[in-house]
Amino acid sequence: MRRRRSGSADPAAVADPARGIELHGVGHAYGERTVLTDLTLTLHEQRVGVVGANGSGKSTFARLLNGLVVPTDGEVLVDGLSTATQLRAVRRRVGFVFQDPDAQIVHPTVAEDVAYGLQNQGVPAAERDARVADALVRFGLDGHADHPAHLLSGGQKQLLAIAGVLVMRPARVVFDEPTTLLDLLNTRRVAELIGGLAEQVVVVTHDLDLLTDFDRVLVVDRGRVVADDVPAPALAAYRALMDARR
Amino acid sequence: MTLALYVPRASPVHRLPAGAKLLALAVGSVLLFVLSSWPVVLGALAGVLVVGLLTARLPAAALWRQARAVLWFLLALLVVHVVVDGWREGLDTGGLAVVRLLTLVLAAAVVTATSRVSAMVAVVERVCGPLRLVGVRPARIGLLVAMTLRFIPVVSERAARIREAQAARGGAVRGPRALAVTVVPLLVQVLVLAHTLAEALDARGADSES
Repeated sequence: MRRRRSGSADPAAVADPARGIELHGVGHAYGERTVLTDLTLTLHEQRVGVVGANGSGKSTFARLLNGLVVPTDGEVLVDGLSTATQLRAVRRRVGFVFQDPDAQIVHPTVAEDVAYGLQNQGVPAAERDARVADALVRFGLDGHADHPAHLLSGGQKQLLAIAGVLVMRPARVVFDEPTTLLDLLNTRRVAELIGGLAEQVVVVTHDLDLLTDFDRVLVVDRGRVVADDVPAPALAAYRALMDARR
Repeated sequence: MTLALYVPRASPVHRLPAGAKLLALAVGSVLLFVLSSWPVVLGALAGVLVVGLLTARLPAAALWRQARAVLWFLLALLVVHVVVDGWREGLDTGGLAVVRLLTLVLAAAVVTATSRVSAMVAVVERVCGPLRLVGVRPARIGLLVAMTLRFIPVVSERAARIREAQAARGGAVRGPRALAVTVVPLLVQVLVLAHTLAEALDARGADSES
Protein backbone atom coordinates (compact mmCIF):
# COMPACT_ATOMS: atom_id res chain seq x y z
CA MET A 1 0.00 0.00 0.00
CA ARG A 2 1.33 3.44 -0.90
CA ARG A 3 0.50 6.28 1.43
CA ARG A 4 1.13 9.93 0.79
CA ARG A 5 2.62 11.77 3.71
CA SER A 6 2.73 15.36 4.74
CA GLY A 7 6.08 17.02 4.13
CA SER A 8 6.65 15.31 0.76
CA ALA A 9 9.03 17.02 -1.61
CA ASP A 10 7.62 19.60 -3.96
CA PRO A 11 6.74 17.80 -7.25
CA ALA A 12 8.30 20.67 -9.19
CA ALA A 13 11.52 20.64 -7.13
CA VAL A 14 14.77 20.94 -9.08
CA ALA A 15 17.36 18.20 -8.60
CA ASP A 16 20.25 19.07 -6.31
CA PRO A 17 22.98 16.40 -6.72
CA ALA A 18 24.75 17.66 -3.60
CA ARG A 19 21.96 16.23 -1.46
CA GLY A 20 22.68 12.63 -2.44
CA ILE A 21 20.23 9.93 -1.36
CA GLU A 22 18.23 10.74 1.77
CA LEU A 23 15.95 8.49 3.78
CA HIS A 24 13.76 10.23 6.34
CA GLY A 25 11.96 7.98 8.84
CA VAL A 26 11.51 5.31 6.20
CA GLY A 27 9.58 2.15 6.92
CA HIS A 28 8.02 -0.40 4.64
CA ALA A 29 5.53 -3.21 5.08
CA TYR A 30 4.13 -5.77 2.67
CA GLY A 31 0.63 -6.09 4.07
CA GLU A 32 1.01 -7.04 7.70
CA ARG A 33 4.68 -7.93 7.36
CA THR A 34 7.01 -5.07 8.26
CA VAL A 35 10.36 -5.37 6.48
CA LEU A 36 11.98 -1.98 7.19
CA THR A 37 11.55 0.27 10.21
CA ASP A 38 12.42 3.92 10.82
CA LEU A 39 15.47 4.36 8.61
CA THR A 40 16.98 7.83 8.60
CA LEU A 41 20.28 8.26 6.78
CA THR A 42 21.98 10.09 3.94
CA LEU A 43 24.18 8.43 1.33
CA HIS A 44 26.81 10.74 -0.12
CA GLU A 45 29.67 8.29 -0.46
CA GLN A 46 30.84 7.09 -3.87
CA ARG A 47 30.57 3.39 -2.95
CA VAL A 48 28.10 2.13 -0.40
CA GLY A 49 27.67 -1.54 0.43
CA VAL A 50 24.65 -3.12 2.09
CA VAL A 51 24.85 -6.53 3.78
CA GLY A 52 22.41 -8.56 5.79
CA ALA A 53 20.99 -12.02 6.23
CA ASN A 54 18.33 -13.40 3.89
CA GLY A 55 15.04 -11.69 4.63
CA SER A 56 16.70 -8.83 6.52
CA GLY A 57 15.11 -6.20 4.26
CA LYS A 58 18.17 -5.25 2.21
CA SER A 59 16.58 -5.93 -1.19
CA THR A 60 13.59 -3.80 -0.23
CA PHE A 61 16.08 -1.15 0.91
CA ALA A 62 17.71 -1.26 -2.55
CA ARG A 63 14.32 -1.00 -4.28
CA LEU A 64 13.46 2.09 -2.26
CA LEU A 65 16.34 3.98 -3.80
CA ASN A 66 14.91 4.25 -7.30
CA GLY A 67 11.24 4.03 -6.46
CA LEU A 68 10.64 0.39 -7.36
CA VAL A 69 9.24 0.29 -3.84
CA VAL A 70 7.63 3.42 -2.38
CA PRO A 71 7.90 3.44 1.42
CA THR A 72 4.75 3.02 3.46
CA ASP A 73 6.25 5.41 6.04
CA GLY A 74 8.66 8.29 5.66
CA GLU A 75 10.25 9.56 2.51
CA VAL A 76 13.12 8.76 0.16
CA LEU A 77 14.73 11.67 -1.69
CA VAL A 78 17.28 11.36 -4.48
CA ASP A 79 19.06 14.63 -5.19
CA GLY A 80 16.13 16.24 -3.42
CA LEU A 81 13.53 14.51 -5.64
CA SER A 82 10.91 12.34 -3.97
CA THR A 83 10.53 8.74 -5.12
CA ALA A 84 6.83 9.04 -4.30
CA THR A 85 6.00 12.15 -6.33
CA GLN A 86 8.81 12.51 -8.88
CA LEU A 87 9.29 8.89 -9.82
CA ARG A 88 10.22 9.38 -13.47
CA ALA A 89 12.88 11.98 -12.64
CA VAL A 90 14.26 9.74 -9.89
CA ARG A 91 14.50 6.75 -12.20
CA ARG A 92 16.44 8.76 -14.76
CA ARG A 93 18.98 9.47 -12.02
CA VAL A 94 19.15 6.02 -10.42
CA GLY A 95 19.83 2.89 -12.45
CA PHE A 96 19.04 -0.54 -11.03
CA VAL A 97 20.79 -3.84 -11.76
CA PHE A 98 19.01 -6.99 -10.63
CA GLN A 99 20.42 -10.27 -9.40
CA ASP A 100 19.09 -12.33 -12.31
CA PRO A 101 20.15 -10.84 -15.65
CA ASP A 102 17.69 -13.06 -17.51
CA ALA A 103 14.86 -11.17 -15.88
CA GLN A 104 16.05 -7.76 -17.06
CA ILE A 105 17.23 -8.39 -20.60
CA VAL A 106 14.20 -7.40 -22.64
CA HIS A 107 15.26 -7.72 -26.27
CA PRO A 108 16.40 -10.84 -28.09
CA THR A 109 19.77 -9.50 -29.26
CA VAL A 110 22.56 -7.76 -27.35
CA ALA A 111 22.77 -4.36 -29.09
CA GLU A 112 19.00 -4.02 -29.24
CA ASP A 113 18.72 -4.63 -25.52
CA VAL A 114 21.36 -2.03 -24.70
CA ALA A 115 19.44 0.44 -26.88
CA TYR A 116 16.13 -0.20 -25.11
CA GLY A 117 16.52 2.29 -22.24
CA LEU A 118 17.79 4.96 -24.64
CA GLN A 119 14.70 4.52 -26.81
CA ASN A 120 12.59 5.07 -23.72
CA GLN A 121 14.55 8.24 -22.99
CA GLY A 122 13.87 9.48 -26.53
CA VAL A 123 17.56 9.64 -27.48
CA PRO A 124 17.88 10.29 -31.26
CA ALA A 125 18.83 7.25 -33.36
CA ALA A 126 22.32 8.43 -34.36
CA GLU A 127 23.32 9.26 -30.78
CA ARG A 128 21.67 6.05 -29.59
CA ASP A 129 23.72 3.93 -32.00
CA ALA A 130 26.93 5.68 -30.95
CA ARG A 131 26.23 5.25 -27.24
CA VAL A 132 25.30 1.60 -27.71
CA ALA A 133 28.53 0.98 -29.64
CA ASP A 134 30.55 2.69 -26.88
CA ALA A 135 28.79 0.66 -24.19
CA LEU A 136 29.41 -2.62 -25.99
CA VAL A 137 33.13 -1.84 -26.24
CA ARG A 138 33.28 -0.71 -22.61
CA PHE A 139 31.72 -3.95 -21.37
CA GLY A 140 33.58 -6.26 -23.73
CA LEU A 141 30.48 -7.14 -25.71
CA ASP A 142 31.40 -5.49 -29.01
CA GLY A 143 31.89 -8.85 -30.69
CA HIS A 144 28.39 -9.90 -29.63
CA ALA A 145 26.25 -6.99 -30.83
CA ASP A 146 23.93 -9.13 -32.93
CA HIS A 147 24.14 -12.29 -30.85
CA PRO A 148 20.99 -13.68 -29.24
CA ALA A 149 21.08 -12.68 -25.57
CA HIS A 150 20.07 -16.14 -24.36
CA LEU A 151 23.21 -17.66 -25.85
CA LEU A 152 25.54 -15.47 -23.75
CA SER A 153 27.29 -16.89 -20.69
CA GLY A 154 26.02 -15.93 -17.23
CA GLY A 155 28.81 -13.39 -16.84
CA GLN A 156 28.18 -11.86 -20.24
CA LYS A 157 24.46 -11.61 -19.45
CA GLN A 158 25.23 -9.72 -16.24
CA LEU A 159 27.59 -7.42 -18.17
CA LEU A 160 24.82 -6.87 -20.72
CA ALA A 161 22.35 -6.07 -17.95
CA ILE A 162 24.82 -3.56 -16.46
CA ALA A 163 25.53 -2.07 -19.91
CA GLY A 164 21.79 -1.64 -20.50
CA VAL A 165 21.53 0.40 -17.31
CA LEU A 166 24.77 2.43 -17.53
CA VAL A 167 24.18 3.43 -21.15
CA MET A 168 21.29 5.52 -19.81
CA ARG A 169 23.89 7.55 -17.86
CA PRO A 170 22.31 7.52 -14.43
CA ALA A 171 24.14 9.50 -11.75
CA ARG A 172 23.75 6.61 -9.33
CA VAL A 173 23.43 2.85 -9.74
CA VAL A 174 21.94 0.34 -7.33
CA PHE A 175 23.08 -3.28 -7.65
CA ASP A 176 21.00 -6.01 -6.02
CA GLU A 177 23.29 -9.01 -5.49
CA PRO A 178 25.05 -8.58 -8.84
CA THR A 179 27.50 -11.46 -8.39
CA THR A 180 25.32 -14.09 -6.71
CA LEU A 181 24.83 -16.15 -9.88
CA LEU A 182 28.37 -15.74 -11.24
CA ASP A 183 31.50 -17.87 -11.11
CA LEU A 184 34.71 -16.54 -9.57
CA LEU A 185 36.12 -15.14 -12.81
CA ASN A 186 32.94 -13.26 -13.67
CA THR A 187 32.50 -12.16 -10.05
CA ARG A 188 35.94 -10.54 -10.30
CA ARG A 189 35.10 -8.92 -13.64
CA VAL A 190 31.88 -7.44 -12.27
CA ALA A 191 33.64 -6.37 -9.05
CA GLU A 192 36.36 -4.59 -11.06
CA LEU A 193 33.73 -2.97 -13.21
CA ILE A 194 31.79 -1.71 -10.20
CA GLY A 195 35.01 -0.54 -8.60
CA GLY A 196 35.85 1.52 -11.68
CA LEU A 197 32.50 3.26 -12.07
CA ALA A 198 32.42 7.02 -11.82
CA GLU A 199 28.76 6.91 -10.74
CA GLN A 200 27.74 6.57 -7.12
CA VAL A 201 27.05 2.89 -6.49
CA VAL A 202 25.00 1.17 -3.82
CA VAL A 203 25.64 -2.57 -3.80
CA VAL A 204 23.50 -5.06 -1.90
CA THR A 205 25.49 -8.27 -1.64
CA HIS A 206 26.44 -11.39 0.28
CA ASP A 207 29.93 -11.20 -1.24
CA LEU A 208 31.83 -9.46 1.55
CA ASP A 209 35.07 -9.38 -0.48
CA LEU A 210 33.32 -7.09 -2.94
CA LEU A 211 32.99 -4.41 -0.26
CA THR A 212 36.48 -4.23 1.20
CA ASP A 213 37.43 -1.11 -0.78
CA PHE A 214 34.06 0.59 -0.36
CA ASP A 215 33.60 3.89 1.44
CA ARG A 216 30.76 2.82 3.68
CA VAL A 217 28.93 -0.38 4.58
CA LEU A 218 25.47 -0.67 6.12
CA VAL A 219 24.48 -3.81 7.98
CA VAL A 220 20.74 -4.42 7.82
CA ASP A 221 19.12 -6.77 10.27
CA ARG A 222 15.42 -7.36 10.87
CA GLY A 223 14.51 -4.19 9.02
CA ARG A 224 16.94 -1.86 10.79
CA VAL A 225 20.45 -0.61 10.12
CA VAL A 226 22.42 -2.12 13.00
CA ALA A 227 25.90 -1.07 11.87
CA ASP A 228 27.00 1.79 9.64
CA ASP A 229 30.70 2.31 9.20
CA VAL A 230 33.71 1.91 6.92
CA PRO A 231 34.07 -1.68 5.68
CA ALA A 232 36.36 -3.31 8.26
CA PRO A 233 34.35 -2.56 11.43
CA ALA A 234 30.99 -2.86 9.64
CA LEU A 235 31.83 -6.27 8.19
CA ALA A 236 33.24 -7.38 11.55
CA ALA A 237 29.95 -6.38 13.15
CA TYR A 238 28.06 -8.34 10.51
CA ARG A 239 30.20 -11.44 11.06
CA ALA A 240 29.73 -11.17 14.83
CA LEU A 241 25.98 -10.86 14.32
CA MET A 242 25.88 -13.96 12.16
CA ASP A 243 28.14 -15.87 14.57
CA ALA A 244 25.76 -15.05 17.39
CA ARG A 245 22.90 -16.62 15.43
CA ARG A 246 24.57 -20.01 14.97
CA MET B 1 16.93 -24.27 -27.54
CA THR B 2 18.20 -21.87 -30.19
CA LEU B 3 16.11 -19.00 -31.43
CA ALA B 4 18.89 -17.30 -33.34
CA LEU B 5 16.89 -15.28 -35.85
CA TYR B 6 19.13 -12.53 -37.15
CA VAL B 7 22.29 -13.51 -39.01
CA PRO B 8 24.51 -10.43 -39.38
CA ARG B 9 25.96 -9.92 -42.88
CA ALA B 10 26.76 -6.90 -45.05
CA SER B 11 24.46 -7.83 -47.93
CA PRO B 12 21.96 -5.93 -50.08
CA VAL B 13 19.16 -8.06 -48.61
CA HIS B 14 20.18 -7.06 -45.07
CA ARG B 15 20.21 -3.40 -46.13
CA LEU B 16 16.65 -3.52 -47.46
CA PRO B 17 14.11 -1.99 -45.05
CA ALA B 18 12.36 -4.62 -42.94
CA GLY B 19 8.99 -3.22 -43.99
CA ALA B 20 9.80 -3.79 -47.67
CA LYS B 21 10.86 -7.37 -46.98
CA LEU B 22 7.75 -8.11 -44.96
CA LEU B 23 5.58 -6.59 -47.68
CA ALA B 24 7.36 -8.66 -50.34
CA LEU B 25 6.83 -11.75 -48.20
CA ALA B 26 3.11 -11.03 -47.85
CA VAL B 27 2.63 -10.31 -51.57
CA GLY B 28 4.76 -13.30 -52.57
CA SER B 29 2.73 -15.59 -50.31
CA VAL B 30 -0.54 -14.49 -51.89
CA LEU B 31 0.85 -14.84 -55.42
CA LEU B 32 2.18 -18.31 -54.63
CA PHE B 33 -1.30 -19.47 -53.70
CA VAL B 34 -3.00 -17.68 -56.62
CA LEU B 35 -0.50 -18.81 -59.28
CA SER B 36 -0.17 -22.34 -57.96
CA SER B 37 1.67 -24.42 -60.55
CA TRP B 38 4.86 -26.47 -60.53
CA PRO B 39 6.92 -24.01 -62.65
CA VAL B 40 5.88 -21.02 -60.48
CA VAL B 41 6.43 -22.82 -57.17
CA LEU B 42 9.78 -24.34 -58.20
CA GLY B 43 10.86 -20.98 -59.60
CA ALA B 44 9.91 -19.27 -56.33
CA LEU B 45 11.81 -21.90 -54.30
CA ALA B 46 14.88 -21.42 -56.47
CA GLY B 47 14.53 -17.65 -56.14
CA VAL B 48 14.32 -17.84 -52.35
CA LEU B 49 17.39 -20.09 -52.19
CA VAL B 50 19.37 -17.80 -54.49
CA VAL B 51 18.42 -14.71 -52.48
CA GLY B 52 19.03 -16.43 -49.15
CA LEU B 53 22.21 -18.34 -49.86
CA LEU B 54 23.94 -16.29 -52.56
CA THR B 55 22.73 -12.70 -52.21
CA ALA B 56 22.22 -12.58 -48.41
CA ARG B 57 25.04 -15.13 -47.85
CA LEU B 58 23.10 -16.91 -45.13
CA PRO B 59 24.54 -20.24 -43.98
CA ALA B 60 22.63 -23.19 -45.42
CA ALA B 61 22.33 -24.54 -41.88
CA ALA B 62 20.24 -21.50 -40.84
CA LEU B 63 17.69 -22.25 -43.55
CA TRP B 64 17.84 -26.00 -42.96
CA ARG B 65 17.00 -25.45 -39.26
CA GLN B 66 13.80 -23.68 -40.23
CA ALA B 67 12.90 -26.31 -42.85
CA ARG B 68 13.63 -29.14 -40.42
CA ALA B 69 11.22 -27.62 -37.90
CA VAL B 70 8.31 -28.16 -40.30
CA LEU B 71 9.56 -31.35 -41.94
CA TRP B 72 7.21 -33.74 -40.13
CA PHE B 73 4.26 -31.48 -40.81
CA LEU B 74 5.11 -31.36 -44.52
CA LEU B 75 5.54 -35.11 -44.64
CA ALA B 76 2.18 -35.62 -42.94
CA LEU B 77 0.58 -33.24 -45.42
CA LEU B 78 1.98 -35.25 -48.31
CA VAL B 79 0.76 -38.53 -46.80
CA VAL B 80 -2.75 -37.12 -46.34
CA HIS B 81 -2.80 -36.06 -49.99
CA VAL B 82 -1.64 -39.50 -51.12
CA VAL B 83 -4.22 -41.25 -48.94
CA VAL B 84 -7.06 -39.02 -50.10
CA ASP B 85 -6.15 -38.60 -53.78
CA GLY B 86 -4.17 -41.77 -54.52
CA TRP B 87 -0.50 -42.11 -55.49
CA ARG B 88 -0.34 -40.20 -58.76
CA GLU B 89 -2.76 -37.38 -57.97
CA GLY B 90 -1.66 -37.20 -54.31
CA LEU B 91 2.03 -36.85 -55.14
CA ASP B 92 1.22 -34.12 -57.63
CA THR B 93 -1.13 -31.97 -55.54
CA GLY B 94 0.47 -32.89 -52.22
CA GLY B 95 3.96 -32.33 -53.56
CA LEU B 96 2.94 -28.93 -54.87
CA ALA B 97 1.43 -27.97 -51.52
CA VAL B 98 4.54 -29.18 -49.67
CA VAL B 99 6.99 -27.32 -51.91
CA ARG B 100 4.83 -24.20 -51.72
CA LEU B 101 4.77 -24.26 -47.91
CA LEU B 102 8.48 -25.03 -47.77
CA THR B 103 9.13 -22.03 -50.02
CA LEU B 104 7.10 -19.78 -47.75
CA VAL B 105 8.87 -21.06 -44.63
CA LEU B 106 12.26 -20.47 -46.22
CA ALA B 107 11.22 -17.03 -47.48
CA ALA B 108 10.10 -16.09 -43.98
CA ALA B 109 13.40 -17.45 -42.63
CA VAL B 110 15.33 -15.25 -45.09
CA VAL B 111 13.35 -12.19 -43.97
CA THR B 112 13.88 -12.85 -40.27
CA ALA B 113 17.54 -13.78 -40.72
CA THR B 114 18.26 -10.55 -42.58
CA SER B 115 16.21 -8.15 -40.41
CA ARG B 116 17.03 -7.08 -36.88
CA VAL B 117 14.28 -7.65 -34.34
CA SER B 118 14.23 -3.92 -33.60
CA ALA B 119 13.54 -3.20 -37.29
CA MET B 120 10.73 -5.76 -37.35
CA VAL B 121 9.33 -4.33 -34.15
CA ALA B 122 9.44 -0.84 -35.67
CA VAL B 123 7.37 -2.15 -38.60
CA VAL B 124 4.86 -3.70 -36.21
CA GLU B 125 4.63 -0.38 -34.37
CA ARG B 126 4.10 1.52 -37.65
CA VAL B 127 1.41 -0.91 -38.79
CA CYS B 128 -0.29 -0.63 -35.40
CA GLY B 129 -0.01 3.18 -35.46
CA PRO B 130 -3.70 3.76 -36.28
CA LEU B 131 -4.64 1.84 -33.11
CA ARG B 132 -3.55 4.94 -31.17
CA LEU B 133 -6.97 6.32 -32.09
CA VAL B 134 -8.58 3.70 -29.86
CA GLY B 135 -6.08 4.16 -27.03
CA VAL B 136 -3.66 1.35 -27.88
CA ARG B 137 0.06 2.21 -27.55
CA PRO B 138 1.91 0.71 -30.54
CA ALA B 139 5.20 0.75 -28.61
CA ARG B 140 3.66 -1.68 -26.13
CA ILE B 141 2.74 -4.07 -28.95
CA GLY B 142 6.28 -3.83 -30.32
CA LEU B 143 7.71 -4.51 -26.89
CA LEU B 144 5.39 -7.49 -26.56
CA VAL B 145 6.71 -8.96 -29.82
CA ALA B 146 10.34 -8.40 -28.80
CA MET B 147 9.82 -9.87 -25.33
CA THR B 148 8.03 -12.90 -26.75
CA LEU B 149 11.03 -13.67 -28.94
CA ARG B 150 13.37 -12.99 -26.03
CA PHE B 151 11.60 -15.11 -23.43
CA ILE B 152 10.71 -18.22 -25.44
CA PRO B 153 14.25 -19.63 -24.99
CA VAL B 154 14.45 -18.36 -21.38
CA VAL B 155 11.26 -20.16 -20.35
CA SER B 156 12.32 -23.21 -22.34
CA GLU B 157 15.66 -23.33 -20.48
CA ARG B 158 13.90 -23.04 -17.13
CA ALA B 159 11.57 -25.89 -18.07
CA ALA B 160 14.60 -27.99 -18.99
CA ARG B 161 16.24 -27.16 -15.64
CA ILE B 162 13.09 -28.21 -13.76
CA ARG B 163 12.95 -31.47 -15.70
CA GLU B 164 16.61 -32.12 -14.86
CA ALA B 165 15.92 -31.42 -11.19
CA GLN B 166 12.98 -33.84 -11.25
CA ALA B 167 15.08 -36.48 -13.00
CA ALA B 168 17.93 -36.03 -10.49
CA ARG B 169 15.47 -36.91 -7.72
CA GLY B 170 14.16 -39.95 -9.54
CA GLY B 171 11.09 -38.31 -11.05
CA ALA B 172 9.57 -39.12 -14.43
CA VAL B 173 11.22 -37.31 -17.33
CA ARG B 174 8.60 -38.07 -19.99
CA GLY B 175 4.86 -38.50 -20.23
CA PRO B 176 1.86 -36.87 -18.56
CA ARG B 177 3.24 -37.35 -15.04
CA ALA B 178 6.48 -35.53 -15.93
CA LEU B 179 4.46 -32.76 -17.55
CA ALA B 180 2.31 -32.33 -14.47
CA VAL B 181 5.25 -31.99 -12.10
CA THR B 182 6.99 -29.58 -14.47
CA VAL B 183 4.12 -27.22 -15.17
CA VAL B 184 3.47 -26.01 -11.60
CA PRO B 185 7.07 -25.08 -10.68
CA LEU B 186 7.54 -23.60 -14.14
CA LEU B 187 4.45 -21.46 -13.68
CA VAL B 188 5.76 -20.25 -10.32
CA GLN B 189 9.15 -19.43 -11.84
CA VAL B 190 7.55 -17.62 -14.76
CA LEU B 191 5.42 -15.53 -12.41
CA VAL B 192 8.52 -14.58 -10.37
CA LEU B 193 10.36 -13.82 -13.62
CA ALA B 194 7.45 -11.68 -14.81
CA HIS B 195 7.44 -9.75 -11.53
CA THR B 196 11.17 -8.98 -11.77
CA LEU B 197 10.83 -8.19 -15.46
CA ALA B 198 8.09 -5.68 -14.68
CA GLU B 199 10.41 -4.03 -12.15
CA ALA B 200 13.25 -4.03 -14.70
CA LEU B 201 11.01 -2.41 -17.32
CA ASP B 202 10.08 0.27 -14.80
CA ALA B 203 13.73 0.79 -13.89
CA ARG B 204 14.66 1.22 -17.57
CA GLY B 205 12.00 3.81 -18.24
CA ALA B 206 9.33 1.69 -19.92
CA ASP B 207 6.67 4.06 -18.65
CA SER B 208 8.20 6.80 -20.82
CA GLU B 209 7.65 5.02 -24.12
CA SER B 210 5.18 6.48 -26.62
